Amino acid sequence: MNRLKNRIFTITVWTVALCVILFVFALLLLILERGFPSLTWDFLFGLPSEIEEGGGIGPALFNSFYMLFLSMVIAVPLGIAAGIYLAEFAPDNAWIAMVRICVEGLASVPSIIFGLFGIALFVEMFQLGLTILGGAASLAFLNLPVITRVTEEAIRAVPREWRHASFALGATHLQTIRRVLLPASMSAIITGLSLASGRAFGESAVIILTAGVTTSGVMWDFNLLSPGETLAVHLWYVQSEAIVPDAQQISQKSAAVLLFIVLAFNVVFRIPAWVRDFRIRKAA
Amino acid sequence: MSESTSASNRTLAVSGQPGNGIRIGNGRMLDRKNRLRIYNRSFRIVCVASAVFVCLILLSILFFMFRTGILTFRSVPASTFFFSTNWDPENESYGAFLFIFGTVALTALTLAISVPISLFVAVFLSEAAPRWLSNALRPVLDLLVGIPSVVYGFLGLTILIPLLRDITGRQLTDGLLAAAIVLSIMVLPTISRISDDAISAVPAKFKDASYALGATRFQTVFRVMLPSARSGILYGIILGMARAIGETMAVVMVVGNTPQLADSLFKPTSVLTSNIVMQIPNVPFDSTWNYALYLMGFLLLVISLLMIVVIRVLQKKGVKA
Amino acid sequence: MQALIEIERLNLFYGSFHALKNISMDIPEKAITAFIGPSGCGKSTLLRSLNRMNDMIPGTSTHGSIKIAGADIYGKDIDVEALRKNVGMVFQQPNPFPKSIYDNVAYGPRLHGITSRHKLDEIVESSLRGAALWNEVKDHLKRSALSLSGGQQQRLCIARALAVEPDVLLMDEATSALDPISTLKIEELAQELKAKYTIVMVTHNMHQAARVSNQTVFFLNGEVVEYAETEKLFSNPQDQRTEDYISGRFG
Repeated sequence: MNRLKNRIFTITVWTVALCVILFVFALLLLILERGFPSLTWDFLFGLPSEIEEGGGIGPALFNSFYMLFLSMVIAVPLGIAAGIYLAEFAPDNAWIAMVRICVEGLASVPSIIFGLFGIALFVEMFQLGLTILGGAASLAFLNLPVITRVTEEAIRAVPREWRHASFALGATHLQTIRRVLLPASMSAIITGLSLASGRAFGESAVIILTAGVTTSGVMWDFNLLSPGETLAVHLWYVQSEAIVPDAQQISQKSAAVLLFIVLAFNVVFRIPAWVRDFRIRKAA
Repeated sequence: MSESTSASNRTLAVSGQPGNGIRIGNGRMLDRKNRLRIYNRSFRIVCVASAVFVCLILLSILFFMFRTGILTFRSVPASTFFFSTNWDPENESYGAFLFIFGTVALTALTLAISVPISLFVAVFLSEAAPRWLSNALRPVLDLLVGIPSVVYGFLGLTILIPLLRDITGRQLTDGLLAAAIVLSIMVLPTISRISDDAISAVPAKFKDASYALGATRFQTVFRVMLPSARSGILYGIILGMARAIGETMAVVMVVGNTPQLADSLFKPTSVLTSNIVMQIPNVPFDSTWNYALYLMGFLLLVISLLMIVVIRVLQKKGVKA
Repeated sequence: MQALIEIERLNLFYGSFHALKNISMDIPEKAITAFIGPSGCGKSTLLRSLNRMNDMIPGTSTHGSIKIAGADIYGKDIDVEALRKNVGMVFQQPNPFPKSIYDNVAYGPRLHGITSRHKLDEIVESSLRGAALWNEVKDHLKRSALSLSGGQQQRLCIARALAVEPDVLLMDEATSALDPISTLKIEELAQELKAKYTIVMVTHNMHQAARVSNQTVFFLNGEVVEYAETEKLFSNPQDQRTEDYISGRFG
């Protein structure tokens, strides 16, 4: 009886787990497979069309990268500095415990809240309208707490012995942070940054609220005050709201491109970390 | 007790500079030292300022959401907002109950589907699968967490909904069930990986003890591993729950976006997040309609902060246990 | 012999715990002084006071004075970084940075402003020679320091400490994590180094203290019980507690 139960259990675990995992993979492969064969450069860099067939995703794709870049320019220095503060300088008291809860809370607030905040701040208070600037800043706010936490945890994970060794050689605090703590925690921080940038790249709710669902309609528009529809938003917009006859094809191709880029982010950004870990493991 | 030479001799040569090398301002490196000191101080200030900035953002989010949301109550009684199911802003009806209900029902349904499956996957990864297979699958599951929600929504819209239509024979299958299935796929990697880590972290001695008493794997997993890992599993479930409550675009694409109470799994409805994102772009900022949407956002904010508190408490308990 | 380090009425508290009680002693230069005693007796705490590493533990307060070459190291005019440069430290666990062998040794000199490649090469070589490691690693200075064996890592840490040209070298149970052969090498190294450096070592191993040191200090419960020439302390202890300890009756 027991043996039979055990048998059934093992078989169920294998079946359910493998089915689920294969199912999710099949879905993702399906997206890539449906979108990629008909992908052309014209589509990737072409201008979108509101009414006729054959529109491209050029400006949306550009906006995705541009806003990602801008948001990281804002969030990375601030987030890393705040993380260093929490890991290295912050005293151990109730006040700082509050700050940590703040950061943790902020990291798990639904993204749409950042969108609402972005509207209140950039659209309403500063009267900017829906802009790339507002979208990028809201994205930065979204990622700031994540980067802060990742940095703090990565620095805390550096063995104390290394800090002690550095201080014992007469290093100042800043020298220790710059030459020992940051290099040793870099691979964890980079992994965190890659997750954050993947999230920013694929984020759509925040962008719809703060940067809108249209582009300026021209390629390479660096103007911070242009409307900033991104690829992720475009995918939703074309599928749900647009009236172009080839919406189905456009959204299939957009989905494939979006998925591919996000996966590439996750993989490529982590390669240096993998290589590094591998090197250290081999050496140790 | 001190038998060694008396300390009267102060003229010993230590690198030619008795004791002076360690005094401030006596070294040749004075300029460099000062520069280092200034760098240190300014770096510290930059770090403090950044931490303050992060906190300011949370506080101003709370402030903006609350200040804007609370204005709703100038023209809408709280009882109407929280308990009426009639959402018709064009005619001045602001009953948000149907959205609150939608969010709660959607989250519950999502967890009902995803938790058992995730636990199977977690047990598979930590206990059943050969090591090489779990080592290959883990990073891949981690990758799934990073896939944008619109992609999941797109999958739901183009594959799941037609599929449900075929199965049920209905015209309209947008609604809670479709949304819950999409969300389940989204939170599955999160819950299963965190539970997997929690189960893998159960000390081997517990497992050994159970097997040594003649327990089968089935018994060991259910009586020893899962109970010992429960706080970690709970943590994973809460994270999954937070994601389900706050998810916007994937839900928007499959839930139907109709402000009516979902009394059936296949009835198009709307939840807090989807209603906010669909309506806010078309609403003037200074209107009761907009205030009500901000109040809904404030609700979401409070719920997600509460969940953080719960997680904190759980972690503290986990440390104590 | 002349005293390099003079400790006077030193009291140290961790919060309300009185870790060091009214310690006074002189430590002579260019010799090896060993601190022995059961764990928790304060020997490591005193050692870490000598380069102010205790400052990093919150809640520590120090009273009394420690003078190194006549300068009170807890005085207001002291540059802690320069102090630590002058008083090197080797820890219980070998703790090389996850960098190359070369970069580990060059770490200290770089901190203190040396950037010339030529100068650094010189310092790295002389420090590694000083730590008796040069011959083993000279052909792969670019390799990760973590690829070395435990004993080699510890000698690398000694080389790293020597690279900033200290006067004093503190060794905090520096051999307790090593195998007997590596331990022996480090002990031999210490014997050579005392020609140029003042060495203070904490050891949980009485035999090591007897083999290596010139003076030995026996600690118990945060107090100095006995301080004497090593030979004298081990052959003819004045205090009953010292005798009990070295004959293995406790600790």
